[in-house]
Amino acid sequence: MISKNNQTLLNVQNLHANTQDTEILKGINLTVNHGEIHAIMGLNGSGKSTFAKVLAGHPDYIVTQGNIQFEQQDLLALPPEERAQAGVFLAFQYPIEIPGVANSQFLRLAYNTVQSKRGNDELDPLEFDDFVREKMKLLEMNPDFLDRSVNEGFSGGEKKRNEILQMALLEPKLGILDETDSGLDIDALKIVAKGVNHLRNEQNAIILITHYQRLLDHIVPDYVHVMEAGRIIKTGGKELALELEKHGYDWLHNDQQKNAGVSV
Amino acid sequence: MNESKNIDYLTCLFKSLPAQSNSSTFQDTLPEDPQLWIKQLRAQAIDEAGQLKWPTNKDEEWRFTDISPLTRLPFKPAQAGYVPDLSEVRPFFIEEMVNRLVFVNGFFAPELSSITHENQLIIGNLDTLATSHAHVISAHLGQYAQFRQNLFTALNTAFLHDGAIIIAPRNTVVDQPIHLLFVATQAETTHYPRCLIVGDDNSQMTVVEDYVALQADKSSAYITNSVTELKLSANAQIQHIRLQRENLNAFHLANCAVSLDHASRYETISISLGAKISRYNLNVSLNAKAAECAIDGLALITDGQLADTHTCIDHVKPNCTSHQQHKCIVDNDAHAVFNGKIIVRPNAQKTNSSQSSRNLLLSNKAQIDTKPQLEIFADDVKCAHGATVGQLDKDEIFYLKSRGLSELAARNLLTYAFGAEILNNIPIPSLKHTLEQTVLNQTQSH
Ligand SMILES: Nc1ncnc2c1ncn2[C@@H]1O[C@H](COP(=O)(O)OP(=O)(O)O)[C@@H](O)[C@H]1O
Ligand SMILES: [Mg+2]
Repeated sequence: MISKNNQTLLNVQNLHANTQDTEILKGINLTVNHGEIHAIMGLNGSGKSTFAKVLAGHPDYIVTQGNIQFEQQDLLALPPEERAQAGVFLAFQYPIEIPGVANSQFLRLAYNTVQSKRGNDELDPLEFDDFVREKMKLLEMNPDFLDRSVNEGFSGGEKKRNEILQMALLEPKLGILDETDSGLDIDALKIVAKGVNHLRNEQNAIILITHYQRLLDHIVPDYVHVMEAGRIIKTGGKELALELEKHGYDWLHNDQQKNAGVSV
Repeated sequence: MNESKNIDYLTCLFKSLPAQSNSSTFQDTLPEDPQLWIKQLRAQAIDEAGQLKWPTNKDEEWRFTDISPLTRLPFKPAQAGYVPDLSEVRPFFIEEMVNRLVFVNGFFAPELSSITHENQLIIGNLDTLATSHAHVISAHLGQYAQFRQNLFTALNTAFLHDGAIIIAPRNTVVDQPIHLLFVATQAETTHYPRCLIVGDDNSQMTVVEDYVALQADKSSAYITNSVTELKLSANAQIQHIRLQRENLNAFHLANCAVSLDHASRYETISISLGAKISRYNLNVSLNAKAAECAIDGLALITDGQLADTHTCIDHVKPNCTSHQQHKCIVDNDAHAVFNGKIIVRPNAQKTNSSQSSRNLLLSNKAQIDTKPQLEIFADDVKCAHGATVGQLDKDEIFYLKSRGLSELAARNLLTYAFGAEILNNIPIPSLKHTLEQTVLNQTQSH
């Protein structure tokens, strides 16, 4: 959905990041406008999750160069919770389990924290219960998940749905979905895709990190980027994902050699 | 600690032994005394206690827990007679629990107790039941908690005067959980609570064993020396919840011995919150095939408290299962000790045993000593164990912050969760809620 009067939501310039003295991100440039969907693809280990975590502010990664503009704000100057409050949301590739905390308690705490920071009203437990059940219907989640501990004993697919549920509650401006499709069977994938499509509008944007074309059949991207060794090495439209599916990532190298300088 | 002090202390205790005193319960001995067996048991225990030494840090079993402060407190045994107002004790009652035995300073308080005579359940205090049910009680009392090597069990038995008795006959399913409430009210005394819980074949019950002190005595020291014996026959099941919420100057020394027969199941959750120094020894013997136990523990301590839990799970026979999860949350300069011994005897093939000890330090002055101790003499067994000591997990903190929670809110939630995980299995909603509030209050910094 590329709208006519596009405004820049996220602008990443020359982003370099280290962990444990190893450089993982080596100069990422990416611009995301309101209303757009961007897919990031690439082999395992190319730095996709690292990029996602740097956007969310994970303390394991140190940004050594570059900057990230999120609307009018310098994103790198904000601690993770303020990024979340400002509207950045990361659906984790590996959501953690928190035994001992009821999912409902966690979801309400997150929702109310973000709402109050945005100057909106908080919901009491009963109001929240109605609200969250509505959102769960959309994702065809069993309400029993509210009473269980956060992600504890959830299957891979259930954890991913719980991530999207959080996204639905927190209504971010930028949703970053890190391999939300992996571990989902085709029915679950369709439900999650339906949920994501339902959440998107002209005011927000989505970055989809995925290995597979199949998610992109259901959530159609405006742009497809390919990452390799900490950089975006190629950007194209949705047809790029189809090409990659057909030819594999090696094809890109041959292709790149042939068309050096064309992409990015 | 010096030897002469030790002797002084024990001498002092012996002088106050009721057998030599004018305690009314044991005074008018008739020639055909129906409680003679109790006196014999006590006499043996007095003999044994006389042979045993006061434990010091040189004893392996007491390496981390220095109880020498107790020797400076030659507390006399508590006296019978005082019964607080119902209104003072009521706050400790548990809403759902209609079966309740209350003991004040170790003495039964019928005015505060309530018993619904359900099924064939035998429930009451030792003093009352010792005559009418002498046969069944004498078959069990003093049979599981060995006073031969344990000074505190020996002393408890030597001072035995009353106690809680619960006997579920064959096939009895007790729907209502039973509350055993031990209230301390007297400063500078020692009291000797005692429990005997027997589940005959196919019986089922839930028991809450609860140690509290009345508000007025918040600043006063006293000693609780308790012994609980628990025996399950074939296919019997029990949920045993143990709460130690003594006042913060108290010394709590407790022994619990559990004997499990064929395919019986023992589930326990023990929560240690109070006392200046507490020591809980839990010994579980899986004495017949297919017995099972699930043992959860939580110590939540702060400000100079010491909480020591020593468990011994003894797989005597094949095909038994034991699962143990022990957690400590230690704040300020408190000190927690966990020693988890698991014995798998040569005959105990196909044993399935797991143990996890997880510890959270909330301050850099907090201390934890955790020691798994596996003694495995059979080869075809599955034994897993693990111990962690540390601060909160940074990925967990990040996960919560990425959902908008502040660092502090994230830390508080995770600390609470660490403790609440143990409370999740408590089957009594109001008690679970009360304890969750306690954990919440004690884990939240501002
Ligand atoms: N916390 C970390 N510590 C050390 N190495 C890391 C860490 N996170 C990522 N890496 C390394 O960075 C590289 C990129 O990883 P990642 O971002 O997870 O890739 P992707 O998501 O594309 O599979 C890998 O070589 C990985 O081993
Ligand atoms: Mg990844």
